[in-house]
Amino acid sequence: MKLWQKNVILLLLVVLIAFVPLFLLRDAEFGGADGMAEELITESDPDYEPWFQPIFEPASGEVESLLFALQAAIGSGVVCFILGRMTAPGRKDHGN
Amino acid sequence: MNKPHIHPSPGAARAARLFWALPVLTLSLTTGAGAMHIAEGYLPQTWAFGWMAACLPFLGVGLRSIARKTAGEPKAKVLLAMCGAFAFVLSALKIPSLATGSCSHPTGVGLGAILFGPAATAVLGLIVLLFQALLLGHGGITTLGANVFSMAIVGPLVSWGVYRLLRRVKASPAVAVFCAAALGDLLTYVTTSLQLGVVYGNTAGYLAIFAATQIPLAIAEGLLTVVVFNVLEKYSKTELQALSVL
Repeated sequence: MKLWQKNVILLLLVVLIAFVPLFLLRDAEFGGADGMAEELITESDPDYEPWFQPIFEPASGEVESLLFALQAAIGSGVVCFILGRMTAPGRKDHGN
Repeated sequence: MNKPHIHPSPGAARAARLFWALPVLTLSLTTGAGAMHIAEGYLPQTWAFGWMAACLPFLGVGLRSIARKTAGEPKAKVLLAMCGAFAFVLSALKIPSLATGSCSHPTGVGLGAILFGPAATAVLGLIVLLFQALLLGHGGITTLGANVFSMAIVGPLVSWGVYRLLRRVKASPAVAVFCAAALGDLLTYVTTSLQLGVVYGNTAGYLAIFAATQIPLAIAEGLLTVVVFNVLEKYSKTELQALSVL
C-alpha cells in the first residue's frame, strides 16, 4: 500500500472517531469536559471560590471559536508548509 | 481511492493528497465553549505554586536539550518547529467523545516526545499552554504549572518511554508511535484527574470525566501522529536517524 493510501485511511478513521458520536449520542450536550470538572469541584466544595480570574476572556463563544480556529490554522499552516517542503521533488535526500 | 486524472508534479500531488484532510479537520472541528485543562483559579495557591516549582527543573533541562539537539542542525530546528505546530493544531481541536458525550482535545505532544525526548517537549507544551491561557481564557496562569506538568511533562515522558520500549522489543515504528502518542494523551488526563482528586477528593469522579472522555480522542491522536510520522519516516529518514528515533 502506498504511503498516501495508508494515510488517507488513517485520516478517515480519525474523522469517524470525531463524527460518529454526533450521530450515536443524539441527546448528549457535548460540552467541555473541563466545565463538568468545575461542576464537580463546586459539588465537593460548595464554598470554593476561584481565587484568580482569567486575565483575558474571549467576549463570546463566537470570538472564542475564532481564536481556536486561528490557533489550529496557524499550527496546520506551519505543519503543512514544512511537510510540503520535505516531500517536494528535487530534494537531494528524497525518499524512494 | 480514485487515481487522479492529472499529474501536475508527483511530489506536489502526493503532498496535497497526504494533507488535504488536516486543514479540513482543523476548520470543521473547532467549536466554542468549554475546553480542557484545569481552569483558572481552580487550584488552591499552595498546589498552584507547588506544581509550577515542580515544572521548573524539567523546563531548564528542556531548554538545554533543545540547544544541544538543534546546534548546527537547521533540519532538526525545522522538525522541532513542526512538532510545536503539531501540538498547536491538536490542542485546538475539541472533539466530541463517544465515551461521555462531552468534548475534549488531544495534546499533540507525543510527536515531539518521540522525536526530541520529553525534556525538549516540555518547552513546546509550555508555549502551547501559555498561548491558550493568555489569549483563549483556556486553562490559566495560576494553573499553568499543573497543566504543564500533566500535558508537557507526564504525557511526553509516557510517550517517549512507550516508544523506546516498544522499539526495543522490535515493534514496528508505526505501532510504537501509535501506542506512544495515544498513551501519552490518555495519561495526561489521568494526571489532570489525580491533580484535582488530591485537592478535592473524588478522584474517580474526575477520572470518569477527563480520562473516560479522552479514550477515543487518544486513539485519534495516535492515528494522527502516525500519519505525520509515516511521512517523516519516508522523507526525513536521515534526520530521524540522527535523532536516533529510527
